[in-house]
Amino acid sequence: MLVIKDLRATVADKEILKGITLSVKAGEVHAVMGPNGSGKSTLAQVLAGHPAYQVTGGTVTYQGNDLLAMDAEVRAQAGVFLAFQYPIEIPGVSNAYFLRAAYNEIRKARGEEEVDPMSFADLMDEKMKLVEMDGAMLTRSVNTGFSGGEKKRNEILQMAVLEPTLAILDETDSGLDIDALRIVANGVNQLKRPDRATIVVTHYQRLLNYIVPDFVHVLANGRIVRSGGKELALDLEARGYDWLLDEAIA
Amino acid sequence: MIETYLRNFEAFSKNGGAAAPDWTRSLRLSGITRFETLGFPTTRNEDWHFTSVAPIAEREFTPVTSVTGGVTSKQIAPFVFSADWHQIVFVNGRFDPALSTLSSLPDGVRVMPLALAYDELPQLVEQHLGRIASFEGHTFTALNTAFIHDGAVVHVPRDLEVARPIHLLFVSTAGAADGVTHPRNLIVLDRCATATVIESYAGLGDGRYLTNAVTEASIGDGATLTHLKLQRESAKGYHVGTLDVRQARDSHLVSFSFATGAALSRTNIYTELRGEGCGATLNGLYLGDGEQTIDHQTRIEHVEPNCYSRELYKGILDGSSHGVFNGKVYVHPEAQKTDGKQTNNTLLLSEHAQIDTKPQLEIFADDVKCTHGATVGRLDDTSLFYMKSRGINARTARELLTYAFAADVLETIANDEVREALEAATLRRYTAAAAV
Repeated sequence: MLVIKDLRATVADKEILKGITLSVKAGEVHAVMGPNGSGKSTLAQVLAGHPAYQVTGGTVTYQGNDLLAMDAEVRAQAGVFLAFQYPIEIPGVSNAYFLRAAYNEIRKARGEEEVDPMSFADLMDEKMKLVEMDGAMLTRSVNTGFSGGEKKRNEILQMAVLEPTLAILDETDSGLDIDALRIVANGVNQLKRPDRATIVVTHYQRLLNYIVPDFVHVLANGRIVRSGGKELALDLEARGYDWLLDEAIA
Repeated sequence: MIETYLRNFEAFSKNGGAAAPDWTRSLRLSGITRFETLGFPTTRNEDWHFTSVAPIAEREFTPVTSVTGGVTSKQIAPFVFSADWHQIVFVNGRFDPALSTLSSLPDGVRVMPLALAYDELPQLVEQHLGRIASFEGHTFTALNTAFIHDGAVVHVPRDLEVARPIHLLFVSTAGAADGVTHPRNLIVLDRCATATVIESYAGLGDGRYLTNAVTEASIGDGATLTHLKLQRESAKGYHVGTLDVRQARDSHLVSFSFATGAALSRTNIYTELRGEGCGATLNGLYLGDGEQTIDHQTRIEHVEPNCYSRELYKGILDGSSHGVFNGKVYVHPEAQKTDGKQTNNTLLLSEHAQIDTKPQLEIFADDVKCTHGATVGRLDDTSLFYMKSRGINARTARELLTYAFAADVLETIANDEVREALEAATLRRYTAAAAV
């Protein structure tokens, strides 16, 4: 589904990704871990098409197409979804309107009919239960005045509505208490299907108790220094990152 | 041209103003005298530093003499929010009884044209008219005072709550071309009264005219006035409008100014919090395009302790339009525990659009909490990316964020009809989308 080859990217002329190579197949869950500043979030943002990052080398192929050549909205319409580490507040646009606008744009791109507000409301009722969200959140402006936990749940709600083929979760667990973490993880697990894939970017092994990965990759200094199965995450939890970094240097 | 006004004042004193009570004669005389002394302000005047009134000063505007008539309810329909409202309509500055709907006012509540109020509410008018709106340093208020003739008087007696809004609607037609009107309104809320007054200025043609309006409001102890000013003059029109409010203890003013019309407009919103426990909320939205100048000046005077004020003005400027926001919060030495917050945010949609913003705090008390701030900018890249990352195309994302910028302050309007109408108009203006 996703093939990343030797991907390099800079922000403000500083190289953050220094050659990432990674393959994700349909049905798989990949965890990307690593210390602060290793480039985890940059990788997530680059895949979603954030304009602040400059891709300076390598290729990314998504479902056989050149992902890097697509605008951010085209990527989303093609099924790529990024759950933001810091979701953006948009005062003045209601959550319900925002979700319906996004949902309809994606349907249009797939050649499907737009849905009217009434049928959309029914869909929302179902999706809201998934993330245990209150209906009142729909009439509020997007993320405006939301608590940290509410913002993250709102990201998962958007994901549940848009049903992406490739979901990228950028430190969705950071700042969550254990209840919110459970709700968020449950939402992600419910959306798992053999034709979809998930990349979970996280700093903590804890999330991986709830969202069990097929592969774990450790990023350090802009490169993947180790890949393995889910047991690698447990190793990291027990031993920290330093031994890996030392090995990488050695 | 000052001479034109002086000459017209002579003529006006002999006929138009002759029917008014004697005391108004000296008031008008002091108005014209002050106007002659002050003249039109230049940009050296601190209050007019960012806006040149040359287009007004250099043009000859004569008093509009053509009497009302000819305007149908269908023509004013776009500016009428609800048939249920208490509405007093003025056409080219003159009361139009046929278009006004005042029959269902609650007992004791009075809404009438000034000429009638001289007879029916003589004490109320004499007690307040010309006593709130100072013209010592305000040329346009002095000029308005010189030509006091027509306008609306609103009186809500103590403890009464007027459920439906009172709409003062001033329309200018093609008949107002090259003319000037000086609407003068008075709003008096007695102790613990509550009312919503909407003051609308609208152009029906594309005439070049000047509206120079002054509204004085007295809010009694514990009373609440919600005042919405909607400036939708003709594209070639000029508008100067002042709201001058005096608040007694525990009173509240909730003001909103929406300005989108006229070639050049200046809106002054002034309030004095003269008792303890008062609150003043001053919000506004200005939408400019083309060569428009839209200027707002606000002044909140905290005279007594334990009062609060909140102010949020936002603007969207496109084309070569020019916005001005000059907001002053003045805290007197006695006004301890004042809690004030003032914000001005402007979105510039074109590189030729321009905003001069000057939020000012002048604090002479030592135990207060006051903040102010201003931002000027373009649409936020991160917000745009966020929307695009959800599949929303770039154009829709930009339109939606532009609308949202305005909606953020429009949603502070409590009245449903006005809020929904302004939201819908703003949405139509900036997006190709359906209802948000």
